[in-house]
Amino acid sequence: MSQARALKAPTAHSTPALATEQVLRPEVNQAHVRFIGLGKTYPGQAQPALHGIDLNIRRGEIFGIIGRSGAGKSSLLRTINRLEQPSQGRVLIDQVDIAPFDENQLVALRRRIGMIFQHFNLMSAKTVWQNVELPLKVAGVGKPERQRKVRELLELVGLTDKHHVYPAQLSGGQKQRVGIARALVHDPEILLCDEATSALDPETTASILELLRDINARLGLTVVLITHEMAVIRDICHRVVVLERGAVVEQGEVWQVFGAPRHDVTRTLLAPLQARLPASLQGSLRASPSSQSAAVVLRLQLVGEPQLSELFTDLGGTVRLLQGGIETIGEHALGQLILAVRGSPLGTAQLLERARRWAADVEVLGHVD
Amino acid sequence: MWIDRLLQGLLDTLLMVGVSSLVALLVGVPMAVLLVTSDKGGIFEAPALNRVLGAIVNLFRSIPFLILMVALIPFTRLVVGTTYGVWAAVVPLTIAATPFFARIAEVSLREVDHGLIEAAQAMGCRRWHIVWHVLLPEALPGIVGGFTITLVTLINSSAMAGAIGAGGLGDIAYRYGYQRFDSQIMLTVIVMLVVLVAVIQVGGDRLAKGLNKR
Repeated sequence: MSQARALKAPTAHSTPALATEQVLRPEVNQAHVRFIGLGKTYPGQAQPALHGIDLNIRRGEIFGIIGRSGAGKSSLLRTINRLEQPSQGRVLIDQVDIAPFDENQLVALRRRIGMIFQHFNLMSAKTVWQNVELPLKVAGVGKPERQRKVRELLELVGLTDKHHVYPAQLSGGQKQRVGIARALVHDPEILLCDEATSALDPETTASILELLRDINARLGLTVVLITHEMAVIRDICHRVVVLERGAVVEQGEVWQVFGAPRHDVTRTLLAPLQARLPASLQGSLRASPSSQSAAVVLRLQLVGEPQLSELFTDLGGTVRLLQGGIETIGEHALGQLILAVRGSPLGTAQLLERARRWAADVEVLGHVD
Repeated sequence: MWIDRLLQGLLDTLLMVGVSSLVALLVGVPMAVLLVTSDKGGIFEAPALNRVLGAIVNLFRSIPFLILMVALIPFTRLVVGTTYGVWAAVVPLTIAATPFFARIAEVSLREVDHGLIEAAQAMGCRRWHIVWHVLLPEALPGIVGGFTITLVTLINSSAMAGAIGAGGLGDIAYRYGYQRFDSQIMLTVIVMLVVLVAVIQVGGDRLAKGLNKR
């Protein structure tokens, strides 16, 4: 047990050395979790829940899996700690295929992988302290060490005054903090988050995401999270994969996927985060220009900080800004502009083409008089 | 003195109910755990075993106690060496109460949220850890409630055991009250039974409530 260096990246474990020993001393820079041709079909279902998944999750990153409900996110996440058994393909953790693991190896594996849940899944008959202590207890860790570890983790998640309270008396955010403490109690190298903030209000969501980001940075563990909310991906993920009907439709750095979504599903998922026209203008938007003097309304997704004056000159005519903003994802500035271009010598198609020189993604929203 | 007789009856009832409920508890809880965990999707999945066990439980639960008691006479003689008295009644009472209680405990165990079992697996619990640290503690309030019901049912059944000379309060009420029209004794016995049942029910409810942290 790595008593002396609690809360550092784990170098040793309480579990005896098994065939997984090589797993504990991996080469750096290799994929931490790797899916190869992964597929899953549930008995009695014609459509596979997952098929042909090839992915690499890097050590120390926060990796997001997003998709609509039923896209297979949950199944994919659960193949990492084998709560879900793949039907085809392989899952490698530190280059080791986990498919042939027996119960002993699985138990050892799961102690290296923490997991938190949408509905927290805390034991209602146990106090906060006992909940966090349980993984250590079943691993046969001695009492002094358990006490030290539980105290330390409850402090990390900010629940020092709730040791002997039952989960029913906690708020949602506090329950998830207990869940996080419980998941980290074995100093795992991977943390799986199953819709960890979906049952929380926005403010609590922000604080839990902040905690996850902090844990990722301080402990250096790899975080894999699934969500249906793009805002969660934007706020903490480094890379993201978009799933649709059990297959990967898009993946990459979060700022790239956000800045230039290529797949319709991604666009749909991004829609709630996009700049919208003011409601008053929304009503007067037409699909085709009603007259020569009508203005074209464009939405531009910008990456970086573009020279707006040059962009405007390029578009020609008078350009009015209807809506706009810049947000920073990682170190990348992503801008969104909604512009009304009136009196440009260019036709709509040309205008679109011209705007594409500047923007990662352009869309014609319509025309206004 | 009939006061002595009543006290002896109370003692006999408590002995019959106490012993048979204790055995029902010790056998019924593991049986309930086995019924739940061996079912499809359970942590010790074994559908064949589950069906056999389920069939046995159903068989014993469908036989009326009076008939079960008579049918079990040869077995009772084999086990306790007699077919008469308190100990002879304990055998059929136990055999009737165990599957009854196992079914009630099974319901409580099934109500444990599957997410908790998943969380336990994810944290590296072995299967018997899940039974011991998750299933049983989470179902405990329900199991206590079920045990209370079993105790009350046993008091009821133990009165019938008077038919094989088991003694107990039911026997006294039947013999003195019904056969000799001694309504004073019958009323006293009824009051004693009501108090006994009330004490058990209130105690059981309190305990279950105290254990329920949800």
